[in-house]
Amino acid sequence: MLKMIDIHKTFNAGTVNEKKALNGLNLTLEKGDFVAVIGGNGAGKSTMLNALSGVWPVDKGEIIVDGVNITKKVEHQRAPYLGRVFQDPMMGTAANMEIQENLALALRRGQKRTLRWGITEKERREYKELLATLDLGLENRMTTKVGLLSGGQRQALTLLMATLRQPKILLLDEHTAALDPKTAAKVLELSDKIISDNGLTALMVTHNMKDAIKHGNRLIMMNNGQIIFDVKGEEKKNLTVNSLLQKFTEISGSEFANDRMLLSE
Amino acid sequence: MVNIILGAIALGLLWGIMTLGVHLTYRILDVADLTVEGTITTGGAIAAIMITSGINPWLSCLAALGAGLIGGLVTALLHTKLKIPALLSGILTMTACYSINLRIMGKANIPLPSTGSNKVETVFTPVHELMKKLVGEYDDSASAAWFYDIICSKNFSAMLVGILVIIVISVITYWFFGTELGCAIRATGNNQKMVRAQGISTTLMIIICLMLSNGLVALSGAFIAQYQAYADIQMGIGSIVIGLASLIIGEVLIGTKTFKRNLVALAVGAVVYRIIIALVMAAGMAANDLKLFTAITVTLCLSLPLIKDKLNKIVSKRNGEAAVTAEKEG
Repeated sequence: MLKMIDIHKTFNAGTVNEKKALNGLNLTLEKGDFVAVIGGNGAGKSTMLNALSGVWPVDKGEIIVDGVNITKKVEHQRAPYLGRVFQDPMMGTAANMEIQENLALALRRGQKRTLRWGITEKERREYKELLATLDLGLENRMTTKVGLLSGGQRQALTLLMATLRQPKILLLDEHTAALDPKTAAKVLELSDKIISDNGLTALMVTHNMKDAIKHGNRLIMMNNGQIIFDVKGEEKKNLTVNSLLQKFTEISGSEFANDRMLLSE
Repeated sequence: MVNIILGAIALGLLWGIMTLGVHLTYRILDVADLTVEGTITTGGAIAAIMITSGINPWLSCLAALGAGLIGGLVTALLHTKLKIPALLSGILTMTACYSINLRIMGKANIPLPSTGSNKVETVFTPVHELMKKLVGEYDDSASAAWFYDIICSKNFSAMLVGILVIIVISVITYWFFGTELGCAIRATGNNQKMVRAQGISTTLMIIICLMLSNGLVALSGAFIAQYQAYADIQMGIGSIVIGLASLIIGEVLIGTKTFKRNLVALAVGAVVYRIIIALVMAAGMAANDLKLFTAITVTLCLSLPLIKDKLNKIVSKRNGEAAVTAEKEG
């Protein structure tokens, strides 16, 4: 489903702030893979997702989604393949627009915007049903401006939007990091449900090792812009936080450093 | 006095088209676009030069709109393709427009007289003629002469045209921003990252919105030139501030709860602004002080939320202190 081949990306090349963010990254995803991505500060987790979504062009390497080489495509041209949920709950939605208008924008992901009416009556009924499945009472607030929703509600809505039109790959970039623990757990549960219900292929960056172990069928650990550890299936299920930390020290030869991880554990 | 107010309403409605254009960029796209100071004059210049050459005034208006679209396109390309900040892009196009406008007009001022030997036909002329004809048929009661005078006045027919045009444009605008494309443009003003994630080119949306905005502004310029009976190279100076003043007055008076309401607010705001100006002028303010007056009004309006906030804090602090004292005493 996805092949990232020898991806390189250096920020601020040639300056004192030069940062090699991705350093020959290779990743292959099978259809239906739900991969949790962990790693220390600046390991390149979010950078990998940004490279995939085309926020900027990569310096070297190729990205192939479902047989299509998308390396040269710019961000909006890659949208047909990708559903994205961001860390910041503000990033995934248009605050001054209604819940239903946001959904209508997402339903047309990757399609040409015409002069047809932006939202139809039939869609409205579908959105109402879909929103009801979130169990947040949003189905009765379809015309509420999204800016009035809480962070958790916005993330749940963004998740729904990202999967409204089935993406080849769902990208979750620390999408629960900005939420309180209870809401985070709820949104994570919802992600799990949507991914399994639709049989989606997904990449989920998280700073929470427990979540990474608990969710998905595969786990990859990143360091210095490369993948240093990749487990799936039974082996993944048997992981513990301690064994993961040990693994990291073993492979990278350094202590695992992630500010947020220390705070969250 | 009635005639002054009527004139203010007519002019306000025509400026309302411009206010709508400013709304597209300032509110919907969240960009302060200064191109309008140039394109409003371009609109007036093109309409004037075409009308004096005997071309149909409505066709001239359409040409002015086209010129505005191009002006907006230039700013949009400077901003999106050459990555020049939006404000500076607007200033660059506005400056360039000054020379272009002079080229179009060939001189600094083109009169569009409605009487005399070189009188021209504007969009208002047929309506004016019609009104005179209608009144002429019933003109047998001297007691209501003042009423007939109003109906026959130029300002009245200008007002009728203004009402018609602003309604048509508002309806089209309402429809457009309900379409898929319009929704995408609105979202672009909210959150560009999200819009790109939905597969929409934010570049294209910015280009379309800036073009439409300046198209409307130039169209407004074409009507204004015909109303005031001349196009002048200076007519655009300060227009962005007038547009903002009208926009804010409308928002305060009518509100922005729904898009329909917001559209009405724009027209009402532009009219109220013109009435205020007409009144302060009638009260004796020098025309040269108008721009200062407008700038101060807009400054006050823009800082209103901040002032309100500060006042609330002072009030609540006082109340808090009073409560504490009351508690101690109690």
